[in-house]
Amino acid sequence: MQKRSIRMGSLSAVAALLFAACSSGGGAATTAPSAAAPSESASAGAPSGSASASAAAGDPKTATSAAAAGGVDAVCAAGKEEGQVTLIATPANWANYGQMITDFQTKYGIKVQSDQPDTDSAGEIKAAKDLAGTGRQPDIFDLGSVVAAANTDMYAPYQVATWADIPDANKEATGLWVNNYTGFESIAYDSKLGDISKVADLADPKYKGKVALNGNPLKASAGFNGVVLASLANGGSADDLAPGVDFFKKLADSGNLLPVDPNDASVASGQTPIVIDWTYNQGGLVASLKPKGIDWKVVIPSDAPPVAAFYNSAINKDAAHPAAARCWMEYIFSDAGQNTWLKGFALPVRLGAMQTAGTADAAALAAVGAPSTAPVQLTQAQIDAGTKYLTDNWKFIDIK
Amino acid sequence: MTDTSASAPGQPTAQTAGLASGGAGSRRLRGARNYLALIPFHVYIALFLILPTAIVAVGAFTTATGQPTVDNVTRLFTDETFVDAFTKSIELAVSTAIAGAIIGGLLAWAVVRGDPNGPLRQLVIAASGVLAQFGGVMLAFAFLATFGFNGLATMFVRDALHVDVLTDASWLYSLTGLVVVYTYFQIPLMLIVFLPSLDGLRQEWYDASASLGGSSWSFWRHVGGPILAPAFLGALLLLFTNAFSAYATAAALISQGASIVTLQIAGSLQSEVVIGQENVGKALALGMIIVVSLVMALYALIQRRASRWVK
Repeated sequence: MQKRSIRMGSLSAVAALLFAACSSGGGAATTAPSAAAPSESASAGAPSGSASASAAAGDPKTATSAAAAGGVDAVCAAGKEEGQVTLIATPANWANYGQMITDFQTKYGIKVQSDQPDTDSAGEIKAAKDLAGTGRQPDIFDLGSVVAAANTDMYAPYQVATWADIPDANKEATGLWVNNYTGFESIAYDSKLGDISKVADLADPKYKGKVALNGNPLKASAGFNGVVLASLANGGSADDLAPGVDFFKKLADSGNLLPVDPNDASVASGQTPIVIDWTYNQGGLVASLKPKGIDWKVVIPSDAPPVAAFYNSAINKDAAHPAAARCWMEYIFSDAGQNTWLKGFALPVRLGAMQTAGTADAAALAAVGAPSTAPVQLTQAQIDAGTKYLTDNWKFIDIK
Repeated sequence: MTDTSASAPGQPTAQTAGLASGGAGSRRLRGARNYLALIPFHVYIALFLILPTAIVAVGAFTTATGQPTVDNVTRLFTDETFVDAFTKSIELAVSTAIAGAIIGGLLAWAVVRGDPNGPLRQLVIAASGVLAQFGGVMLAFAFLATFGFNGLATMFVRDALHVDVLTDASWLYSLTGLVVVYTYFQIPLMLIVFLPSLDGLRQEWYDASASLGGSSWSFWRHVGGPILAPAFLGALLLLFTNAFSAYATAAALISQGASIVTLQIAGSLQSEVVIGQENVGKALALGMIIVVSLVMALYALIQRRASRWVK
């Protein structure tokens, strides 16, 4: 607390100096950093002590909603003063995060630091604990549901301006975490191989050594839901993953299943020509593979109901840039942010409300090809039962 | 002192006592000074060896909520997955260490026999330095792109040579695959660590042995072998731990199913599906520490026997 008010004081002093320099320098003003613009000059006039005291009423750094901090603009202006927001586990190809970051930087002039893009949910929490107090800790989490629910003491509650649009089932009541986007479990493949439209197609002998599942189901949500998808396609249910495990066992026995963890490079080089993964991961690859001569197709298989699993956004309660973090939350849950996800083949949580209001990007929605059937989303209890079953049974790919 | 001892030979006790105390005093002082110089080393060992080991050991006997337990460690012996993982890891480490040591050792011998300043020697040493560190995702990807189901060599042999030897690339994703891939970095490592010992083997010793009527076999049996044995065993141990603790290469090749210990540890730390398994991972790590300690003890024992001749 002490440190923060001192820093704010010195910031204002620097701003005042800059301001003075600009006005006396005249023509040189164009090179002055625009970061220290209008809101700063106001606080520079007042003694710094009273500035931080008055901010306490609706401090954007601790506010639990935009309204409490004087609106989204006030939150983002405070975020701009902080200058940066630190993200973690947000690869540019994942759910269109690359564009999300660029658009946000352009709109608000807040630098986005995207650290450890390829880490996992557990790694995000670990990084927040390990780096706490260094200033390099993540400000924002993007977490799978299991990890999100298990670490609620790590988050600062915050309700975005569009809070009312988000269904109650998709958010923690106080705003500790909010569902942000989901994909559908899909089959992505190189169209050279022919047409694939069903999970059952993957067992075709001509796909020997070609099918990869994104991640071990006991480690990665994408892999886990791949087993759920296979189960649903083979007479199983969200409560019964045995048929899914049996199906993958069949693929392993026939040699169709590659035990390799697919990534952008393995897809681009043709080592994993068929990948079972979220639409928002594989959809992003379509455009980048086209110049390499690969016609990459992403299909939601027709022999199973769609499988979805939301990720969650949360603010690190120990964020080094708390106002910028809140500004980021406002942006990703705004119409623009939600449409950015949609363009990345991820279905944003406010999609229903935006379709009603007519603000959803129709072209992007059509490209996702969202199926009309209601998606299957596992409850925490079903995930627990499923992982227990997998722990005992996902052993068949024995390395000889 | 000399005077006293000469004039009073009847008091040897006092004399020796005096000498002893004086000697011990300076020795103690020197000991303390020596110890002072060792402090940075001790701090280093404490921070990077003892502290992590302690954290792992304590974690292995703790539940996710902080209660003491022996369940994590018991699982190492009762859970089939873990027993299997240790078996495979040890198999992998032993086979790649032996393969690497033999091939790398012969390669080093070939280099030593060549021109000591020749370009071949320089080239082999430089290449080995690079290749010994060529591991992880890059190495795995190189093998995938060459020998995978859709790899370059696989395709070429099948389509251009019409031979089916490489077509079934499933070997690459098995323990055999890991052995081949690991050996790829074990051989150059062996060459680097073993070459200096071979360089130390003098031509004169061979000549001496020959002039006494020794055959090539008896030279190696009685001179070369015993001299090189400790270095060879040390290198073998290094290769074993190198393979036993490798992670990234295997992770890039095999992500599904049960597998080696390092991958199991990663699974316990990184899962976004099953959480609260960190201490099971620490128990696995403790198991690895114990395996390496046992191997090192065995090494020390063998080395003591092997180096008897040299002393």
